[in-house]
Amino acid sequence: MAAPQQDSKIIELKPFTDEMIVSMGPQHPSTHGVLRLELKLDGEVVRDAIPHIGYLHRCFEKHSENLNYQQIIPFTDRMDYIAAMNMNWGFCLAVEQLMAKEEGKFPGVPERGEYLRILIGELNRIGSHLLSFGTYGMDIGAFTPFLYAFRDREKILLLFEKICGARLTYNYIRVGGVSRDTPPEFMEEVKEFIDYFEPQIDVYNSLLTANRIFIERTANVAVMDAEMAINYGITGPNLRGAGLRWDLRKDEPYSIYDRFDFDVPVGRDIPEIGVVSGDCWNRYKVRMDEMKESVRIIRQILDSGLPDGPVQAELKAVRPPKGEIFSRSEAPRGELGFYIVSDGTPKPVRVKAKSPCFTALSALQELSRGLMVADIIAIIGSIDIVMGEVDR
Amino acid sequence: MTPQEIYENLKDKFGESIVSFEEDIADPFITVAAESLADVAQYLAQDEALAFDFLMCLSGVDLGAKDPNYYVVYHLYSMPRRHKLVLKIVLPKEEDPHVSTVEHIWRTANWHERETYDLYGIIFDGHSDLRRILLPDDWEGYPMRKDYTEPEFYRGMRVPY
Repeated sequence: MAAPQQDSKIIELKPFTDEMIVSMGPQHPSTHGVLRLELKLDGEVVRDAIPHIGYLHRCFEKHSENLNYQQIIPFTDRMDYIAAMNMNWGFCLAVEQLMAKEEGKFPGVPERGEYLRILIGELNRIGSHLLSFGTYGMDIGAFTPFLYAFRDREKILLLFEKICGARLTYNYIRVGGVSRDTPPEFMEEVKEFIDYFEPQIDVYNSLLTANRIFIERTANVAVMDAEMAINYGITGPNLRGAGLRWDLRKDEPYSIYDRFDFDVPVGRDIPEIGVVSGDCWNRYKVRMDEMKESVRIIRQILDSGLPDGPVQAELKAVRPPKGEIFSRSEAPRGELGFYIVSDGTPKPVRVKAKSPCFTALSALQELSRGLMVADIIAIIGSIDIVMGEVDR
Repeated sequence: MTPQEIYENLKDKFGESIVSFEEDIADPFITVAAESLADVAQYLAQDEALAFDFLMCLSGVDLGAKDPNYYVVYHLYSMPRRHKLVLKIVLPKEEDPHVSTVEHIWRTANWHERETYDLYGIIFDGHSDLRRILLPDDWEGYPMRKDYTEPEFYRGMRVPY
Protein backbone atom coordinates (compact mmCIF):
# COMPACT_ATOMS: atom_id res chain seq x y z
CA MET A 1 0.00 0.00 0.00
CA ALA A 2 1.28 3.41 -0.91
CA ALA A 3 2.06 5.75 1.92
CA PRO A 4 -0.75 8.20 2.64
CA GLN A 5 -0.10 11.38 0.84
CA GLN A 6 1.11 14.29 2.93
CA ASP A 7 -1.53 16.95 3.23
CA SER A 8 0.26 20.14 2.33
CA LYS A 9 -2.19 22.16 4.43
CA ILE A 10 -1.07 20.54 7.65
CA ILE A 11 1.62 22.67 9.16
CA GLU A 12 3.39 21.53 12.25
CA LEU A 13 2.55 24.24 14.72
CA LYS A 14 4.43 22.76 17.64
CA PRO A 15 7.72 21.44 16.32
CA PHE A 16 8.99 20.79 19.82
CA THR A 17 9.25 17.30 21.20
CA ASP A 18 9.27 16.04 24.76
CA GLU A 19 12.06 17.27 26.94
CA MET A 20 15.03 14.96 27.03
CA ILE A 21 17.77 15.08 29.63
CA VAL A 22 21.25 14.32 28.34
CA SER A 23 24.34 14.20 30.48
CA MET A 24 27.27 15.71 28.62
CA GLY A 25 30.55 14.78 30.28
CA PRO A 26 32.23 14.43 32.76
CA GLN A 27 34.45 12.65 30.24
CA HIS A 28 33.95 14.58 27.06
CA PRO A 29 36.70 15.97 24.82
CA SER A 30 35.11 19.38 24.45
CA THR A 31 34.52 20.09 28.13
CA HIS A 32 38.22 20.85 28.68
CA GLY A 33 38.54 18.67 31.72
CA VAL A 34 35.94 16.98 33.85
CA LEU A 35 32.82 19.08 33.59
CA ARG A 36 29.37 17.55 33.49
CA LEU A 37 26.53 19.44 31.87
CA GLU A 38 22.99 18.34 32.49
CA LEU A 39 21.33 19.33 29.23
CA LYS A 40 17.58 19.61 29.03
CA LEU A 41 16.92 19.27 25.34
CA ASP A 42 13.95 19.92 23.17
CA GLY A 43 15.12 18.22 20.02
CA GLU A 44 18.30 20.10 19.24
CA VAL A 45 17.35 23.16 21.27
CA VAL A 46 18.86 23.56 24.71
CA ARG A 47 16.20 24.54 27.22
CA ASP A 48 18.61 24.48 30.12
CA ALA A 49 22.23 23.53 30.70
CA ILE A 50 23.10 22.96 34.33
CA PRO A 51 26.83 22.65 35.04
CA HIS A 52 27.90 20.14 37.68
CA ILE A 53 31.43 20.77 38.89
CA GLY A 54 33.66 19.47 41.64
CA TYR A 55 35.15 16.44 39.91
CA LEU A 56 38.61 17.98 40.22
CA HIS A 57 38.21 19.39 43.72
CA ARG A 58 41.51 18.87 45.53
CA CYS A 59 40.84 20.95 48.63
CA PHE A 60 43.37 23.69 47.82
CA GLU A 61 41.93 26.02 50.44
CA LYS A 62 41.88 23.41 53.20
CA HIS A 63 45.42 22.29 52.40
CA SER A 64 46.63 25.89 52.49
CA GLU A 65 45.54 26.31 56.09
CA ASN A 66 47.96 23.59 57.14
CA LEU A 67 51.02 24.68 55.17
CA ASN A 68 53.63 27.44 55.27
CA TYR A 69 53.26 30.20 52.72
CA GLN A 70 56.20 28.84 50.72
CA GLN A 71 54.73 25.36 50.71
CA ILE A 72 51.45 26.60 49.21
CA ILE A 73 53.09 27.80 45.97
CA PRO A 74 53.32 24.30 44.39
CA PHE A 75 49.62 23.84 45.13
CA THR A 76 48.80 26.95 43.12
CA ASP A 77 50.54 25.32 40.15
CA ARG A 78 47.82 22.74 40.12
CA MET A 79 44.98 25.22 39.89
CA ASP A 80 45.28 26.52 36.35
CA TYR A 81 47.89 24.05 35.16
CA ILE A 82 47.93 25.64 31.70
CA ALA A 83 49.21 28.93 33.14
CA ALA A 84 50.95 27.76 36.29
CA MET A 85 53.48 30.61 36.26
CA ASN A 86 50.70 33.16 36.51
CA MET A 87 49.14 31.19 39.37
CA ASN A 88 52.44 31.23 41.31
CA TRP A 89 52.73 34.90 40.60
CA GLY A 90 49.23 35.75 41.78
CA PHE A 91 49.76 34.02 45.10
CA CYS A 92 53.24 35.46 45.69
CA LEU A 93 51.90 38.91 44.89
CA ALA A 94 49.26 38.59 47.59
CA VAL A 95 51.76 37.40 50.19
CA GLU A 96 54.20 40.16 49.26
CA GLN A 97 51.53 42.83 49.50
CA LEU A 98 50.53 41.58 52.92
CA MET A 99 54.14 41.47 54.10
CA ALA A 100 54.80 44.97 52.78
CA LYS A 101 52.18 46.33 55.18
CA GLU A 102 54.63 45.94 58.02
CA GLU A 103 57.57 48.31 57.95
CA GLY A 104 60.84 46.66 56.97
CA LYS A 105 59.35 43.22 56.50
CA PHE A 106 59.57 43.10 52.76
CA PRO A 107 62.35 44.86 50.85
CA GLY A 108 60.67 44.50 47.45
CA VAL A 109 61.39 42.21 44.54
CA PRO A 110 64.79 42.92 42.90
CA GLU A 111 64.69 44.49 39.46
CA ARG A 112 65.99 41.40 37.69
CA GLY A 113 63.38 39.28 39.43
CA GLU A 114 60.57 41.57 38.27
CA TYR A 115 61.80 41.44 34.67
CA LEU A 116 62.04 37.67 34.78
CA ARG A 117 58.54 37.44 36.23
CA ILE A 118 57.10 39.49 33.40
CA LEU A 119 59.08 37.60 30.77
CA ILE A 120 57.92 34.23 32.09
CA GLY A 121 54.39 35.43 32.79
CA GLU A 122 53.92 36.68 29.26
CA LEU A 123 55.46 33.56 27.73
CA ASN A 124 53.01 31.52 29.76
CA ARG A 125 50.16 33.74 28.58
CA ILE A 126 51.14 32.96 24.99
CA GLY A 127 51.32 29.26 25.82
CA SER A 128 47.93 29.35 27.47
CA HIS A 129 46.28 31.22 24.61
CA LEU A 130 47.89 28.82 22.12
CA LEU A 131 46.29 25.88 23.88
CA SER A 132 42.99 27.70 23.95
CA PHE A 133 43.23 28.46 20.23
CA GLY A 134 44.22 24.91 19.30
CA THR A 135 41.57 23.14 21.33
CA TYR A 136 38.88 25.61 20.30
CA GLY A 137 39.56 24.80 16.68
CA MET A 138 39.39 21.11 17.45
CA ASP A 139 36.09 21.47 19.33
CA ILE A 140 34.57 23.22 16.34
CA GLY A 141 35.91 20.66 13.90
CA ALA A 142 39.23 21.99 12.62
CA PHE A 143 42.01 19.60 13.52
CA THR A 144 44.99 21.32 11.90
CA PRO A 145 45.23 24.40 14.17
CA PHE A 146 45.60 22.07 17.14
CA LEU A 147 48.81 20.61 15.71
CA TYR A 148 50.21 24.05 14.92
CA ALA A 149 49.38 25.32 18.41
CA PHE A 150 50.92 22.38 20.20
CA ARG A 151 54.03 22.47 18.05
CA ASP A 152 54.66 26.07 19.10
CA ARG A 153 53.56 25.64 22.71
CA GLU A 154 56.16 22.89 22.95
CA LYS A 155 58.87 25.48 22.25
CA ILE A 156 57.65 27.56 25.21
CA LEU A 157 57.58 24.48 27.43
CA LEU A 158 61.17 23.71 26.45
CA LEU A 159 62.16 27.23 27.47
CA PHE A 160 60.40 26.74 30.81
CA GLU A 161 62.10 23.41 31.25
CA LYS A 162 65.44 25.13 30.81
CA ILE A 163 64.73 27.84 33.34
CA CYS A 164 63.03 25.83 36.09
CA GLY A 165 63.26 22.15 35.23
CA ALA A 166 59.55 21.51 34.86
CA ARG A 167 57.19 21.55 31.93
CA LEU A 168 53.81 21.94 33.56
CA THR A 169 53.94 22.68 37.29
CA TYR A 170 56.81 25.08 37.69
CA ASN A 171 56.96 26.40 41.26
CA TYR A 172 59.28 29.01 39.77
CA ILE A 173 57.99 32.32 41.08
CA ARG A 174 58.57 32.53 44.82
CA VAL A 175 57.81 35.07 47.49
CA GLY A 176 60.40 37.81 46.95
CA GLY A 177 61.43 36.97 43.40
CA VAL A 178 62.00 33.87 41.32
CA SER A 179 63.70 30.62 42.31
CA ARG A 180 66.69 30.68 39.97
CA ASP A 181 68.49 32.82 37.46
CA THR A 182 68.47 32.23 33.72
CA PRO A 183 70.69 29.51 32.32
CA PRO A 184 73.37 30.64 29.82
CA GLU A 185 72.10 31.57 26.34
CA PHE A 186 68.52 31.66 27.64
CA MET A 187 67.73 35.16 26.39
CA GLU A 188 69.09 34.31 22.94
CA GLU A 189 66.76 31.36 22.81
CA VAL A 190 63.81 33.51 23.86
CA LYS A 191 64.71 35.92 21.06
CA GLU A 192 64.94 33.06 18.60
CA PHE A 193 61.51 31.85 19.67
CA ILE A 194 59.92 35.32 19.48
CA ASP A 195 61.42 35.91 16.03
CA TYR A 196 59.97 32.62 14.92
CA PHE A 197 56.66 33.03 16.69
CA GLU A 198 55.57 36.53 15.70
CA PRO A 199 54.81 35.74 12.04
CA GLN A 200 53.13 32.50 13.14
CA ILE A 201 50.23 34.44 14.66
CA ASP A 202 49.22 35.54 11.18
CA VAL A 203 49.40 31.93 10.06
CA TYR A 204 46.97 30.96 12.83
CA ASN A 205 44.68 33.79 11.87
CA SER A 206 44.59 32.65 8.28
CA LEU A 207 44.05 29.06 9.41
CA LEU A 208 41.16 29.62 11.76
CA THR A 209 40.18 33.20 12.55
CA ALA A 210 39.17 34.13 9.03
CA ASN A 211 37.86 30.68 8.16
CA ARG A 212 34.33 30.87 6.80
CA ILE A 213 33.09 27.77 8.63
CA PHE A 214 34.63 28.92 11.88
CA ILE A 215 32.97 32.33 11.61
CA GLU A 216 29.62 30.70 10.87
CA ARG A 217 29.94 28.60 13.99
CA THR A 218 30.98 31.38 16.35
CA ALA A 219 29.74 34.75 15.06
CA ASN A 220 26.75 36.16 16.94
CA VAL A 221 26.57 33.09 19.17
CA ALA A 222 26.00 33.53 22.90
CA VAL A 223 26.39 37.29 23.01
CA MET A 224 27.39 38.57 26.43
CA ASP A 225 27.42 42.33 26.82
CA ALA A 226 29.74 44.14 29.21
CA GLU A 227 27.02 44.76 31.78
CA MET A 228 26.13 41.10 32.03
CA ALA A 229 29.79 40.14 32.17
CA ILE A 230 30.47 42.51 35.08
CA ASN A 231 27.35 41.35 36.90
CA TYR A 232 28.61 37.80 36.60
CA GLY A 233 32.07 38.86 37.79
CA ILE A 234 33.61 37.81 34.50
CA THR A 235 37.03 39.22 33.71
CA GLY A 236 39.94 38.78 31.35
CA PRO A 237 39.51 38.07 27.64
CA ASN A 238 35.82 37.22 28.17
CA LEU A 239 35.13 40.72 29.48
CA ARG A 240 37.34 42.40 26.90
CA GLY A 241 35.59 40.42 24.18
CA ALA A 242 32.44 42.26 25.25
CA GLY A 243 34.11 45.52 24.28
CA LEU A 244 35.24 46.84 27.66
CA ARG A 245 38.86 47.95 27.80
CA TRP A 246 39.73 46.56 31.23
CA ASP A 247 43.03 44.97 32.02
CA LEU A 248 44.64 44.99 35.46
CA ARG A 249 48.06 45.26 33.86
CA LYS A 250 46.96 48.68 32.59
CA ASP A 251 44.28 49.81 35.00
CA GLU A 252 45.85 48.76 38.29
CA PRO A 253 49.44 48.07 37.29
CA TYR A 254 51.22 45.62 39.54
CA SER A 255 54.86 44.52 39.29
CA ILE A 256 56.47 46.81 36.67
CA TYR A 257 53.84 46.58 33.94
CA ASP A 258 53.54 50.37 33.89
CA ARG A 259 56.99 50.56 32.24
CA PHE A 260 55.92 48.61 29.18
CA ASP A 261 54.09 49.79 26.14
CA PHE A 262 51.24 47.57 25.01
CA ASP A 263 47.61 47.79 23.95
CA VAL A 264 44.55 46.11 25.36
CA PRO A 265 42.64 44.42 22.54
CA VAL A 266 38.85 44.42 22.82
CA GLY A 267 35.97 42.90 20.90
CA ARG A 268 34.14 44.90 18.27
CA ASP A 269 31.30 44.66 15.77
CA ILE A 270 32.26 43.65 12.24
CA PRO A 271 29.03 43.75 10.22
CA GLU A 272 30.64 42.38 7.02
CA ILE A 273 31.10 38.96 8.57
CA GLY A 274 28.23 39.16 11.06
CA VAL A 275 30.39 39.41 14.16
CA VAL A 276 29.05 41.35 17.14
CA SER A 277 30.88 42.49 20.22
CA GLY A 278 30.67 39.94 23.05
CA ASP A 279 30.04 36.85 20.91
CA CYS A 280 32.14 33.68 20.81
CA TRP A 281 34.22 34.92 17.89
CA ASN A 282 35.23 38.12 19.67
CA ARG A 283 36.17 36.30 22.88
CA TYR A 284 38.39 34.08 20.78
CA LYS A 285 39.84 36.96 18.75
CA VAL A 286 40.86 38.92 21.85
CA ARG A 287 43.13 36.02 22.81
CA MET A 288 44.73 35.98 19.38
CA ASP A 289 45.41 39.72 19.62
CA GLU A 290 46.71 39.40 23.16
CA MET A 291 49.41 37.04 21.96
CA LYS A 292 50.71 39.86 19.78
CA GLU A 293 50.73 42.24 22.73
CA SER A 294 52.60 39.70 24.84
CA VAL A 295 55.16 39.42 22.07
CA ARG A 296 55.48 43.21 22.16
CA ILE A 297 56.17 43.17 25.90
CA ILE A 298 58.75 40.41 25.56
CA ARG A 299 60.45 42.31 22.73
CA GLN A 300 60.82 45.32 25.00
CA ILE A 301 62.49 43.13 27.61
CA LEU A 302 64.79 41.67 24.96
CA ASP A 303 65.69 45.15 23.71
CA SER A 304 66.49 46.56 27.12
CA GLY A 305 68.08 43.34 28.36
CA LEU A 306 67.68 41.97 31.87
CA PRO A 307 69.15 44.26 34.54
CA ASP A 308 71.99 42.82 36.60
CA GLY A 309 71.61 41.84 40.20
CA PRO A 310 69.94 39.19 42.30
CA VAL A 311 66.69 37.52 41.27
CA GLN A 312 65.45 36.90 44.78
CA ALA A 313 65.09 39.29 47.71
CA GLU A 314 66.78 38.25 50.92
CA LEU A 315 64.02 37.45 53.35
CA LYS A 316 64.56 36.36 56.93
CA ALA A 317 61.28 34.52 56.98
CA VAL A 318 58.05 34.51 55.04
CA ARG A 319 55.79 35.49 57.90
CA PRO A 320 53.25 38.20 57.02
CA PRO A 321 51.93 40.34 59.88
CA LYS A 322 48.48 39.90 61.35
CA GLY A 323 45.94 41.16 58.87
CA GLU A 324 44.20 40.30 55.67
CA ILE A 325 44.47 41.19 52.02
CA PHE A 326 42.66 40.64 48.77
CA SER A 327 44.99 40.87 45.83
CA ARG A 328 44.26 40.31 42.18
CA SER A 329 46.41 39.85 39.14
CA GLU A 330 45.75 39.40 35.45
CA ALA A 331 46.10 35.71 34.63
CA PRO A 332 45.52 34.58 31.04
CA ARG A 333 41.93 33.61 31.87
CA GLY A 334 41.03 36.70 33.84
CA GLU A 335 41.52 38.19 37.24
CA LEU A 336 42.97 35.78 39.72
CA GLY A 337 42.23 36.89 43.26
CA PHE A 338 43.70 35.65 46.51
CA TYR A 339 42.14 36.52 49.84
CA ILE A 340 44.58 35.76 52.63
CA VAL A 341 43.91 36.08 56.34
CA SER A 342 47.03 35.93 58.49
CA ASP A 343 47.35 35.81 62.27
CA GLY A 344 51.09 36.47 62.22
CA THR A 345 52.12 32.80 62.35
CA PRO A 346 53.97 31.06 59.50
CA LYS A 347 50.73 29.48 58.31
CA PRO A 348 47.74 31.37 56.94
CA VAL A 349 44.36 31.12 58.69
CA ARG A 350 42.42 31.34 55.46
CA VAL A 351 43.35 31.33 51.79
CA LYS A 352 40.57 31.84 49.31
CA ALA A 353 41.33 31.63 45.64
CA LYS A 354 38.92 33.52 43.44
CA SER A 355 39.18 31.81 40.12
CA PRO A 356 38.24 33.57 36.89
CA CYS A 357 37.09 30.30 35.32
CA PHE A 358 34.70 29.64 38.19
CA THR A 359 32.79 32.86 37.57
CA ALA A 360 32.95 32.44 33.78
CA LEU A 361 31.42 29.00 34.03
CA SER A 362 28.62 30.28 36.26
CA ALA A 363 27.36 32.34 33.31
CA LEU A 364 27.14 29.30 31.03
CA GLN A 365 23.60 28.43 32.05
CA GLU A 366 22.27 31.82 31.05
CA LEU A 367 24.41 32.05 27.91
CA SER A 368 23.33 28.72 26.50
CA ARG A 369 19.57 28.92 27.04
CA GLY A 370 17.68 28.55 23.77
CA LEU A 371 20.71 27.73 21.64
CA MET A 372 21.60 24.49 19.86
CA VAL A 373 23.62 21.64 21.34
CA ALA A 374 26.48 22.37 18.95
CA ASP A 375 26.59 25.96 20.24
CA ILE A 376 27.29 24.70 23.77
CA ILE A 377 30.60 23.36 22.49
CA ALA A 378 31.35 26.73 20.90
CA ILE A 379 30.55 28.54 24.17
CA ILE A 380 32.66 26.32 26.42
CA GLY A 381 35.62 26.71 24.09
CA SER A 382 35.20 30.47 23.85
CA ILE A 383 35.05 31.13 27.61
CA ASP A 384 38.21 29.03 27.87
CA ILE A 385 37.89 27.26 31.19
CA VAL A 386 40.38 25.02 32.93
CA MET A 387 38.60 22.73 35.34
CA GLY A 388 41.57 22.54 37.67
CA GLU A 389 40.99 26.18 38.46
CA VAL A 390 37.21 25.97 38.64
CA ASP A 391 37.29 23.23 41.27
CA ARG A 392 40.65 24.08 42.89
CA MET B 1 35.80 57.43 47.47
CA THR B 2 38.03 56.28 50.30
CA PRO B 3 36.77 53.57 52.65
CA GLN B 4 36.42 56.26 55.34
CA GLU B 5 34.05 58.33 53.18
CA ILE B 6 32.05 55.28 52.18
CA TYR B 7 31.74 54.36 55.85
CA GLU B 8 30.41 57.80 56.74
CA ASN B 9 28.02 57.71 53.82
CA LEU B 10 26.66 54.33 54.91
CA LYS B 11 26.52 55.36 58.55
CA ASP B 12 24.34 58.34 57.64
CA LYS B 13 22.02 56.18 55.62
CA PHE B 14 21.75 53.02 57.72
CA GLY B 15 22.79 54.11 61.24
CA GLU B 16 22.85 51.17 63.63
CA SER B 17 23.07 48.53 60.90
CA ILE B 18 26.65 49.56 60.16
CA VAL B 19 28.40 48.03 63.13
CA SER B 20 32.01 49.10 62.86
CA PHE B 21 34.86 50.23 60.65
CA GLU B 22 38.32 48.71 60.92
CA GLU B 23 40.89 51.05 59.46
CA ASP B 24 44.29 50.04 60.79
CA ILE B 25 44.63 46.98 58.60
CA ALA B 26 45.89 46.15 55.12
CA ASP B 27 42.40 46.16 53.62
CA PRO B 28 40.02 48.38 55.67
CA PHE B 29 36.63 46.75 56.13
CA ILE B 30 33.13 47.69 57.27
CA THR B 31 31.13 45.32 59.43
CA VAL B 32 27.44 45.21 58.64
CA ALA B 33 24.63 43.64 60.68
CA ALA B 34 23.59 40.38 59.01
CA GLU B 35 19.88 41.23 58.80
CA SER B 36 20.41 44.45 56.84
CA LEU B 37 22.99 43.14 54.36
CA ALA B 38 20.56 42.94 51.44
CA ASP B 39 19.52 46.59 51.85
CA VAL B 40 23.08 47.83 52.22
CA ALA B 41 24.21 45.83 49.19
CA GLN B 42 21.30 47.13 47.13
CA TYR B 43 22.21 50.69 48.07
CA LEU B 44 25.90 50.16 47.31
CA ALA B 45 25.11 48.78 43.87
CA GLN B 46 22.56 51.40 42.88
CA ASP B 47 23.76 54.67 44.37
CA GLU B 48 25.30 56.86 41.67
CA ALA B 49 28.30 57.93 43.69
CA LEU B 50 29.09 54.44 44.97
CA ALA B 51 28.15 52.26 41.96
CA PHE B 52 29.61 48.98 43.20
CA ASP B 53 28.76 46.88 40.17
CA PHE B 54 31.38 44.19 40.54
CA LEU B 55 31.51 41.56 43.28
CA MET B 56 35.12 40.42 43.10
CA CYS B 57 35.02 37.75 45.76
CA LEU B 58 32.78 36.28 48.42
CA SER B 59 34.38 34.13 51.08
CA GLY B 60 33.46 32.41 54.28
CA VAL B 61 35.96 32.60 57.12
CA ASP B 62 36.41 30.53 60.27
CA LEU B 63 39.21 31.74 62.51
CA GLY B 64 39.29 28.66 64.73
CA ALA B 65 38.16 27.63 68.21
CA LYS B 66 39.21 30.94 69.81
CA ASP B 67 36.71 32.92 67.77
CA PRO B 68 32.98 32.41 68.44
CA ASN B 69 31.93 33.64 65.00
CA TYR B 70 31.92 32.77 61.34
CA TYR B 71 32.45 35.59 58.89
CA VAL B 72 31.29 36.22 55.36
CA VAL B 73 33.48 38.67 53.48
CA TYR B 74 32.42 40.57 50.37
CA HIS B 75 35.05 42.23 48.18
CA LEU B 76 33.41 44.85 46.02
CA TYR B 77 34.73 46.96 43.21
CA SER B 78 33.22 49.78 41.22
CA MET B 79 34.15 49.76 37.54
CA PRO B 80 32.91 53.32 36.82
CA ARG B 81 34.25 54.90 40.04
CA ARG B 82 37.32 52.67 40.47
CA HIS B 83 37.12 52.28 44.21
CA LYS B 84 36.85 49.18 46.34
CA LEU B 85 35.23 48.15 49.55
CA VAL B 86 35.29 45.19 51.91
CA LEU B 87 32.11 44.24 53.75
CA LYS B 88 32.03 41.78 56.61
CA ILE B 89 29.17 39.91 58.20
CA VAL B 90 29.56 38.35 61.63
CA LEU B 91 27.57 35.18 62.27
CA PRO B 92 27.67 33.49 65.71
CA LYS B 93 28.66 29.84 65.57
CA GLU B 94 26.14 28.81 68.22
CA GLU B 95 23.09 29.40 66.07
CA ASP B 96 22.60 28.22 62.51
CA PRO B 97 24.48 30.85 60.50
CA HIS B 98 22.02 32.70 58.28
CA VAL B 99 22.45 35.68 56.01
CA SER B 100 20.38 36.99 53.14
CA THR B 101 21.52 36.38 49.59
CA VAL B 102 22.90 39.06 47.28
CA GLU B 103 22.36 36.95 44.20
CA HIS B 104 19.65 39.28 42.87
CA ILE B 105 22.14 42.17 42.91
CA TRP B 106 25.27 40.43 41.60
CA ARG B 107 24.50 37.20 39.79
CA THR B 108 28.03 35.98 40.34
CA ALA B 109 27.08 35.56 44.00
CA ASN B 110 24.97 32.55 43.03
CA TRP B 111 27.92 30.17 42.75
CA HIS B 112 30.03 31.90 45.37
CA GLU B 113 27.25 31.52 47.93
CA ARG B 114 26.76 27.89 46.96
CA GLU B 115 30.46 27.32 47.55
CA THR B 116 30.36 29.05 50.93
CA TYR B 117 27.32 26.99 51.89
CA ASP B 118 29.04 23.83 50.70
CA LEU B 119 32.26 24.36 52.64
CA TYR B 120 31.10 26.40 55.68
CA GLY B 121 27.42 25.54 56.08
CA ILE B 122 26.36 29.17 56.00
CA ILE B 123 22.80 29.42 54.75
CA PHE B 124 21.92 32.21 52.34
CA ASP B 125 18.23 33.03 52.72
CA GLY B 126 16.41 33.64 49.47
CA HIS B 127 19.03 31.92 47.30
CA SER B 128 17.44 30.39 44.20
CA ASP B 129 19.37 27.13 44.16
CA LEU B 130 21.27 26.54 47.39
CA ARG B 131 22.86 23.11 47.10
CA ARG B 132 26.36 21.72 47.29
CA ILE B 133 28.63 22.66 44.40
CA LEU B 134 32.11 21.19 44.89
CA LEU B 135 31.37 18.22 47.12
CA PRO B 136 29.01 15.32 46.37
CA ASP B 137 25.37 15.91 47.28
CA ASP B 138 25.42 13.31 50.05
CA TRP B 139 28.50 14.65 51.81
CA GLU B 140 28.09 15.16 55.54
CA GLY B 141 29.45 18.14 57.39
CA TYR B 142 31.17 21.31 56.23
CA PRO B 143 34.88 20.63 55.66
CA MET B 144 36.27 24.16 55.81
CA ARG B 145 35.08 24.62 59.39
CA LYS B 146 38.08 24.35 61.66
CA ASP B 147 36.36 21.81 63.93
CA TYR B 148 35.59 19.44 61.05
CA THR B 149 36.88 15.91 61.40
CA GLU B 150 37.30 13.68 58.37
CA PRO B 151 34.71 10.90 58.21
CA GLU B 152 36.02 7.39 58.65
CA PHE B 153 33.79 6.01 55.92
CA TYR B 154 32.30 7.41 52.75
CA ARG B 155 29.50 5.29 51.26
CA GLY B 156 30.80 2.25 53.07
CA MET B 157 34.36 2.72 51.84
CA ARG B 158 37.07 3.36 54.39
CA VAL B 159 38.83 6.66 53.80
CA PRO B 160 42.50 5.62 53.75
CA TYR B 161 43.97 8.58 55.67
